[in-house]
Amino acid sequence: MGKMHIKVAVNGKQHELLAEPRELLIHVLREELEITGPHIGCETSHCGACTVDMDGKSVKSCTVFAAQANGASITTIEGLGNPDGLHVLQQMFKEHHGLQCGFCTPGMITRAYRLLQENPDPTEEEVRFGMAGNLCRCTGYQNIVKAILAAAAELNAAKEAAQ
Amino acid sequence: MNEMIPPKTERAEALKGLGSSRKRVEDARFTQGKGNYVDDLKLPGMLFGDFVRSPYAHARVKSINADKAKALPGVVAVLTAADLAPLNLHWMPTLAGDKQMVLADGKVLFQGQEVAFVVAEDRYIAADAVELVEVEYEELPVVVDPFQAQADDAPVLREDLEGKMEGAHGPRRHHNHIFTWEQGDKDATESILGSADVVAEEMIYYHRTHPCPLETCGCVASMDKVNGKLTVHGTFQAPHAVRTVASLISGIAEHNIRIISPDIGGGFGNKVGVYPGYICSIVASIVTGVPVKWIEDRMENLMATAFARDYWMQGKIAATKDGKITGLWCHTTADHGAFDACADPSKFPAGFMNICTGSYDIPTAYLAVDGVYTNKAPGGVAYRCSFRVTEAAYFIERMIEVLAIKLGMDAAELRAKNFIRKDQFPYQSALGWEYDSGDYHTAWDKALKAVDYDGLRKEQAERIEAFKRGETRKLLGIGLTHFTEIVGAGPVKNCDILGLGMFDSCEIRIHPTGSAIARLGTISQGQGHATTFAQILASEIGLPADDITIEEGDTDTAPYGLGTYGSRSTPVAGAATAMAGRKIRAKAQMIAAYLLEVHDDDVEWDVDRFVVKGAPERFKTMKEIAFASYNQAIPGIEPGLEAVSYYDPPNMTYPFGAYICVMEIDADTGEHEIRQFYALDDCGTRINPMIIEGQVHGGATEGYAIAMGQEIAYDAMGNVKTGTLMDFFIPTAWETPHYTTDHTVTPSPHHPIGAKGVGESPNVGSVPAFSNAVHDAFRAFGLVQSHMPHDQWRIWTVARDLGLHG
Repeated sequence: MGKMHIKVAVNGKQHELLAEPRELLIHVLREELEITGPHIGCETSHCGACTVDMDGKSVKSCTVFAAQANGASITTIEGLGNPDGLHVLQQMFKEHHGLQCGFCTPGMITRAYRLLQENPDPTEEEVRFGMAGNLCRCTGYQNIVKAILAAAAELNAAKEAAQ
Repeated sequence: MNEMIPPKTERAEALKGLGSSRKRVEDARFTQGKGNYVDDLKLPGMLFGDFVRSPYAHARVKSINADKAKALPGVVAVLTAADLAPLNLHWMPTLAGDKQMVLADGKVLFQGQEVAFVVAEDRYIAADAVELVEVEYEELPVVVDPFQAQADDAPVLREDLEGKMEGAHGPRRHHNHIFTWEQGDKDATESILGSADVVAEEMIYYHRTHPCPLETCGCVASMDKVNGKLTVHGTFQAPHAVRTVASLISGIAEHNIRIISPDIGGGFGNKVGVYPGYICSIVASIVTGVPVKWIEDRMENLMATAFARDYWMQGKIAATKDGKITGLWCHTTADHGAFDACADPSKFPAGFMNICTGSYDIPTAYLAVDGVYTNKAPGGVAYRCSFRVTEAAYFIERMIEVLAIKLGMDAAELRAKNFIRKDQFPYQSALGWEYDSGDYHTAWDKALKAVDYDGLRKEQAERIEAFKRGETRKLLGIGLTHFTEIVGAGPVKNCDILGLGMFDSCEIRIHPTGSAIARLGTISQGQGHATTFAQILASEIGLPADDITIEEGDTDTAPYGLGTYGSRSTPVAGAATAMAGRKIRAKAQMIAAYLLEVHDDDVEWDVDRFVVKGAPERFKTMKEIAFASYNQAIPGIEPGLEAVSYYDPPNMTYPFGAYICVMEIDADTGEHEIRQFYALDDCGTRINPMIIEGQVHGGATEGYAIAMGQEIAYDAMGNVKTGTLMDFFIPTAWETPHYTTDHTVTPSPHHPIGAKGVGESPNVGSVPAFSNAVHDAFRAFGLVQSHMPHDQWRIWTVARDLGLHG
């Protein structure tokens, strides 16, 4: 099968690679670029463990062809923190016990990161609805929701302080 | 020594020991995408394995032609049963004393069964090659119903057992029969049933479901031909047991096998068993000389590895007119699928189903379980459950409700009337268990008060009237449960798996500067062992939990243990940890006495140090003692500060709890809404309240899924109808209820720190609470029993059949 030439920026770094037209973005990320934060939980886009941020949108990278990511800018869990430390969502997930086995966590936090940009001050109901594309088998979501609401409050307080 | 000694409480707090809601040490890596799960592993030259699976539930395999697959560039090998037979690996033993085909040997017995194993250079080529393997099948009659399977003219499923009338658990009486397991006094129970004031009888079905952890099963097998050493990284809940089994069936010496369980993305019982994928990967690595990775996809996970439950429980419960229970009878038909691949202790072919007298003082009882083969996937594992206690708890908590209806009594009152009283512990149950401790009435009263039970019943009565008047279409259900768990398998005298006693272990090494590493025979799959076991140790040895590394899952370094399932980690390995800590402290006491120039008996323990009795200003901290153990020549004492403990528990532990679910049900649509869910757990001594609460949230959500929609369903042809997450219900944040947690504390008298374990309680307790709420909503309209899962369609059907749709 002929391969396609793909240019993609992941976590601020440019990559050029060859991929078959049928190759999924999650496999390119995990196996070729060795970015193993996003996980594979179902391969049918139900579980959200593979969620990454692509050009400002949450996508499930198990149902995006690598070819569709040509020219895109992608952020994964590995790109959320910065040299100064963890992203506030990462801190709040720990603070509020928003994870157990950790398998859904990268997708969960990456989705929450986008959710809080779409809606910086969500209600609990809006968080539950906005996170419904990401499954967790361990936590029952209660502490995940708590962590996201706490992160929103913290981000908003920081924004206010900066103004 | 003139420094100000901080007060005891301050020093204890600094240790972050027992009772501290210490934040988890695991979270740093998981929140940054730096976890290390098996599919993250990439070894040089690694190949990928993938299965050809049977599309039929029962068929003869006439031929397998792999020529086209082998001709595909990038394909390295295709294995079939014929290739494994010379190694005697085409079949493997199950943990339940049965055997299971690794690859189809002449016939297939369930849809999704492994037929051939393709090994290729990448996963895409492997998947292409799977499509190119040509298998010719001849369809055979399919049996998916365990009752039909026992008919005289039912097709013979297990031809390998034909004529074999003795199984691993006694006589077989039919070609599709596996075992009969009887407990209790049959004659006495039947005599009580015959003369009782009231007998309630019902069939209670706990449907087939699946643990479905978010990470599926998989492994990377790597045979190093130079050193003769086989290393297998994989999703193993019991790595040491896997090593021993691998050695026994492969003939590779056990010291040449290294099993590593890396981070595991949830297990819930799915990752206890040994699967064909592991065996085929190992063989493929031996054949090819390079590492071979096998990771199942979600459909394979749901179709082929380790289902749970599928128990048909016929019950009879006898009582006096005023509601005192006098006897319990249960006959269970257990559908095991094509192979009995349960992971129960050997002497318990139906696990701990004989805990089915629950929280009640029932003087006489009888239980019989018949295991049966059908054309369904093998398994019967404990899905967040201690070996069938979930089935047992569901059975008795439904039977109590059925009895309450028969008696015309309030179900809360009926429970309180029959609870084992606090002064009866240790309590000997009619089916053979000795309950260690409990205070059920206190927990029950607290729960009823917390939800304003009387107020709820009043509201429900008003709602029923309003419904009858046509003012509302919504009904209110109050689901009650008081469960008693049995966890911590278990005492070696009666608990073993394949002859391996179910003790567990901990090895501690204190470093010279006063930090430590402890290794255990268990393996966390999200429970937070690295956090909580360090807390147990911190309280025992007086070093801060933050200075203690916990390591699990590598059989080359960890002491032998039976792994993590059945809520056994805290009761067994947690006890081993405390006992190993006490050995450290005993040696530390001698060192301290030497350094302080007093007799051993003249120093006493004080949080993080030994103090000379009557002279509090004279002490040695554990940090000082640790250093001294490495730099002082102390007469009669070996250098270093290390200990190991192998702990054989004297008894199981018996956590309990009271759960109450308040549910609104729309009679016209079958939709439900959980208005309130209250969970009171008594797990004895509480190590980390934050983690306990998290376990309860998670377990209750699994229970919610099971009760309200999750199932592995088959059609009459044996096709799996729920093979993806589209059909197999896993609640999202949107559907999942909000939980209120609460607790009482009744320590286990025999556990070194009084802990009982909590991981599985919320699954055990919540399923009957949700299910009883559904039943309770319709009780006033005549509903006695309706089988789970209570999805929208089934609830709608119940309302229709009760004539509520007008």
